[in-house]
Amino acid sequence: MIYFDNAATTLHKPACVMEAVLSAMQQLGNAGRGVHEASLDAARIIYDTRMRLAELFGAESPEQVAFTANSTESLNIAIQGIFEPGDHVITTQMEHNSVLRPLYFMESKGVKLTILPADSSGNISLAELEAAIRPDTRAVVCTHASNLTGNANDLSAVGEICKKHGILLIADASQTAGVLPIDMQEMHVDVVCFTGHKSLLGPQGTGGICVRKGLKIRPLLMGGSGVQSYRKVHPEEMPTALEAGTLNSHGIAGLHAALGYLKEQGMERLRAQELALMWQFYDGVSAINRVRILGDFTDRSRLRAPIVSLNIGAYDSGEVADELAEHYGILTRSGAHCAPLMHEAFGTADQGAVRFSFSHSNTREEVESAIRAVRELAEEAGI
Amino acid sequence: MRVKTMRLVITFHTTAQAIAAERFFKENGIPGRLIPVPREITAGCGMAWSAPPEEEGRIRDVMEQKLAPWEGWHRLLV
Repeated sequence: MIYFDNAATTLHKPACVMEAVLSAMQQLGNAGRGVHEASLDAARIIYDTRMRLAELFGAESPEQVAFTANSTESLNIAIQGIFEPGDHVITTQMEHNSVLRPLYFMESKGVKLTILPADSSGNISLAELEAAIRPDTRAVVCTHASNLTGNANDLSAVGEICKKHGILLIADASQTAGVLPIDMQEMHVDVVCFTGHKSLLGPQGTGGICVRKGLKIRPLLMGGSGVQSYRKVHPEEMPTALEAGTLNSHGIAGLHAALGYLKEQGMERLRAQELALMWQFYDGVSAINRVRILGDFTDRSRLRAPIVSLNIGAYDSGEVADELAEHYGILTRSGAHCAPLMHEAFGTADQGAVRFSFSHSNTREEVESAIRAVRELAEEAGI
Repeated sequence: MRVKTMRLVITFHTTAQAIAAERFFKENGIPGRLIPVPREITAGCGMAWSAPPEEEGRIRDVMEQKLAPWEGWHRLLV
């Protein structure tokens, strides 16, 4: 079996991650709910994970990192917790439904929305972004890289524009956390939403939100916090402000190990391996007749997420993915990828696309097999 | 129950603050440990740092140096 669905979740986790989860399940109590060693050990590993994440994302302090179940929860916290009726928000056609649906929900509550169009390569224009800013604009919410094309937005440039106009930048780092450099302070990003189970190599059910100091967010959930128990309102101090209920310390312990692994291996080195595999695949399939690749692959020096989405002739993407899985043992993702506007931009709303997404755990031989499979299917499509 | 002794008790707003404090106290060789907040005092976070009172000067130095947030300082029999 060849796994090329790493943009959905990385399948091959480092052994240290699995060991850390097992060890956590054998030893950890409930963080912040007692002052005995089992509880303290949970609180300690959680805090240490906040430290590692703050370092990875350039957050101002570990307290500015709150844990959630995934990027979707983080994005809902940010989008539902920051905006008020009357606020204008700018987003892009590149977004995943985890950005779009909370924004549409807020639109129904009186938030005004501008969606920047993507061009035929799936990119947005920074000039159009800046031109869309109005006196009532509160924020730009945008993905760091498209989960369909892998095209990355220049967060530094977007952050610079947002800073110049005094508006917030909320970034969806689902596809880039653990792949591309993110520095909240240097890039002027106010909120980073990330998941732990993709390129961070942690367990599913881990994720988080990094928030610039001083930015108040209404909590999505309220409840047990282990602190200020006699107050009727949920605590306002980060990270507790955005964390209600028992934290997933077992998963977070796995994420802790994964972050250690990433640092030890070097994110840049792993990214170079992934992008080399992606370019090998791109070069192999882009030369095949009847293969249409979605996205911008013109500039090889530009960083991107290691994703290549394509279609073969007029084949339904689901049929192609099924054939790849059943006949070749190659696992990909077909359909809409929860990115409806991106597919509308490419005119692929009906056909969908077959997404190949790469990890450093893949090999050149696996990529060669995938290229051969695509070639065979494309030849059949021509018959 | 054991005999109570006079201790310096530092309280915090959140668990994260308490754990951060424990971390840099250990790094700086400051004696003490996290305990449940005694009922004589009220605090946001249910855990507090209990240290020998004579360490107060050194602890304040460390916390100021780290710009570490705390909620309150108390001396009481624990």
